[in-house]
Amino acid sequence: MSDLLAVETPPGSADAVGGVRITPVDAVGLEQRAASLCTRSIKTSSKAAALELAIQVMDLTTLEGADTPERVQALCARAGRPDATDWTVPPVAAVCVYPELVPVAAEALAESPVAVASVAGGFPAGLAPLEVRLAEIAWAVAAGADEVDIVLNRSAFLSGRYQKAYDEIAAAKQACGPAHLKVILETGELGSYDQIRRASMLAMVAGADFIKTSTGKIGTSATPPTALCMAEAIRDMSEQTGRAVGLKLAGGIRTAKQAWHYLVIVGETLGLGWLTPERFRLGASSLLNDVLMQRSKLRDGRYQRREDFSFD
Amino acid sequence: MEPVGGFSLEYAPAPESVGPVRLASQYGLFIGGEMVEPAAGRMAATVNPATGEALAEVSVADVGDVERAVAAARAAWEGGWRDLPGAERAKYLYRVARLLQERAREFAVLETMDGGKPIRESRDLDIPLAAAHFFYYAGWADKLDYAFSGRGAAPLGVAAQVIPWNFPLLMAAWKLAPALACGNTAVIKPAPTTPLTALLLAEVLRDAGLPPGVVNIVTGDDATGAALVAHPGVDKVAFTGSTEVGRAIAAQVAGTGKRLTLELGGKAANIVFDDAALDQVTEGIVNGIYFNGGQVCCAGSRLLVQEAVADTVVGKLQRRMDTLRVGDPLDKNTDIGAINSQAQLDRITELVASGVAEGADLYTPECVLPASGFFHPPALFTNVSTAHRIAQEEIFGPVLSVLTFRTAEEAVAKANNTPYGLSAGIWTEKGSRILWMADRMQAGVVWANTFNRFDPASPFGGYRESGYGREGGRAGLLPYVELVV
Repeated sequence: MSDLLAVETPPGSADAVGGVRITPVDAVGLEQRAASLCTRSIKTSSKAAALELAIQVMDLTTLEGADTPERVQALCARAGRPDATDWTVPPVAAVCVYPELVPVAAEALAESPVAVASVAGGFPAGLAPLEVRLAEIAWAVAAGADEVDIVLNRSAFLSGRYQKAYDEIAAAKQACGPAHLKVILETGELGSYDQIRRASMLAMVAGADFIKTSTGKIGTSATPPTALCMAEAIRDMSEQTGRAVGLKLAGGIRTAKQAWHYLVIVGETLGLGWLTPERFRLGASSLLNDVLMQRSKLRDGRYQRREDFSFD
Repeated sequence: MEPVGGFSLEYAPAPESVGPVRLASQYGLFIGGEMVEPAAGRMAATVNPATGEALAEVSVADVGDVERAVAAARAAWEGGWRDLPGAERAKYLYRVARLLQERAREFAVLETMDGGKPIRESRDLDIPLAAAHFFYYAGWADKLDYAFSGRGAAPLGVAAQVIPWNFPLLMAAWKLAPALACGNTAVIKPAPTTPLTALLLAEVLRDAGLPPGVVNIVTGDDATGAALVAHPGVDKVAFTGSTEVGRAIAAQVAGTGKRLTLELGGKAANIVFDDAALDQVTEGIVNGIYFNGGQVCCAGSRLLVQEAVADTVVGKLQRRMDTLRVGDPLDKNTDIGAINSQAQLDRITELVASGVAEGADLYTPECVLPASGFFHPPALFTNVSTAHRIAQEEIFGPVLSVLTFRTAEEAVAKANNTPYGLSAGIWTEKGSRILWMADRMQAGVVWANTFNRFDPASPFGGYRESGYGREGGRAGLLPYVELVV
């Protein structure tokens, strides 16, 4: 069968994309497996490491219409030093903002290991004209973005125009230049795990460095079965082509416990080698405080007040 | 690449507390509603297979004890149980079901201690399903006159029930619930290695107010079971266990007028087509063969994979096997617990050695087995031919044989090439192929895109050397009734 695909290689047909086979997904089995992974109990010593890791793979995000340069500066300060009272807390992976605020973030993080990520390409619907989207991506990269988060064109994908969806991602990859490209599938709009798996493969083959669940702008965001479904797609991609693509989970991740569950799902599915900022990210705005709170609890044996943590 | 920050997926030991379980040092026999001592006073230890340590001394019933138990069951039947309206019998069964649910944690922990299965399984499957069977058949008790289109259903009398060690309480529920619902009384004999949950069930039956003698529980060895089956006062024999013993029982019962149902061994084919959802297939295969350490009569022990995806499936499977946790069955993170007994472990070890000797390739993940107790790592054989012993004989352990096929016809032929016929699994995204295959499987149960799923409303039972008669569903009433006009 793989030979057949190599002959045809239709980029983004229903069962294969660019010579990579797309495996169907059984929803019942997938959800069962995800649920059982979420019941694993982690060792206390591993818990501390898990919290540390959750911070290191975090994309600290603010994507509000009301964002101000001051707010982004404050966020960048937190990104480099998440807990002002504890120097041992490592910096997060990146700060994620709208393009207009990229220069602010780039300046604030100039001396920092924290990367600047920008949403671009007509976020969150991706329905601006292609030239406009590509120009926005190029603009964000020129302004200092190290990573660009774009959205899959769901309108094209869901209507079966896979080639169009594929070509747009490939064009976005080119427009990115040296910056890393994350492709948001907006899984809550795709309708089935089969579609999520198909979209994952399409985005990866088209050139995505990361595939990402959600924009955080619609009701349904990252869920354990969605994360598992995408991790399995990444595993297939890696096995079939040798290329390692990253996974970013975003939207609705607010508690340290949720973060552990995702670490377990990714660790069990892709192996511990995937649990690095190069291959795994958690996009969140309110997760950091809960992680810090759990961290201080593990350290001191008691919870601090919410007021002890800065709120943006 | 190493994960940052020294993160490892080390799971905390999460042992279930044995707090709810109160073990006696010695157990008698449950006859006529009371715990009584065996006449000859013979006792045998039951062992925790995860540690090898004895848990308690349990009575070994002899012919005289069996006589007493059958007499008690006969007296209870004639003394009122057979004439009790179905709705009244149902009340007792509902009560038993609810009491099982109330004491579920206690039953689950005890089941795991006595039998070695992971607590995750006894807690999530064995005990809830046992209660569900009582609920389900309680519902039938007052509807028997409507169960068989125009024909009434009369009880048979005293049922002799001999059950195995792989699902001790669940098998007791499968046997007792329909028997009682149909108006029979019962003498049940648990397996020698796993008598404790049945004895705890005696407490539940008493608390439910079940009239004395309606259920009698006689523990013991093979001789006890033989005496029970041979007893002339028994009207019906139900046996779950090995094909070898089942065959002997069939010969013994022949010509006596006793009704007989047998649920015996299996060598199920789990058939994977190239269009299946391969990642969920992998989970399904694991669940099919490593569930309860493969000590399941319907275990999917022969994997038939379509050639185009064979390497992919085996690769995924090996990778998944590497993450299975073998160890303390009381730990909530454990996937594979202890093998039930030393004898069973020896048999598994012997068959695995024969597979290697016959030239099949063995894969087992690296895992550290506990120092004491009876454990076997999950095992996978590739390069297996249908003539190999491991592809023919029931291993009853965590050992999977992989064979390949090219066409659906070939899959059917290979799947049916066994003296057994208990269960089969079919994995494909194509609905029409599921139906085409299911029609041709010589197996009592066919699962599609899942495996080892059980429900009280769904009949279970075998073809050919896997036995006859059904348990579960409306069909499960038939072995316990005489149809009357």
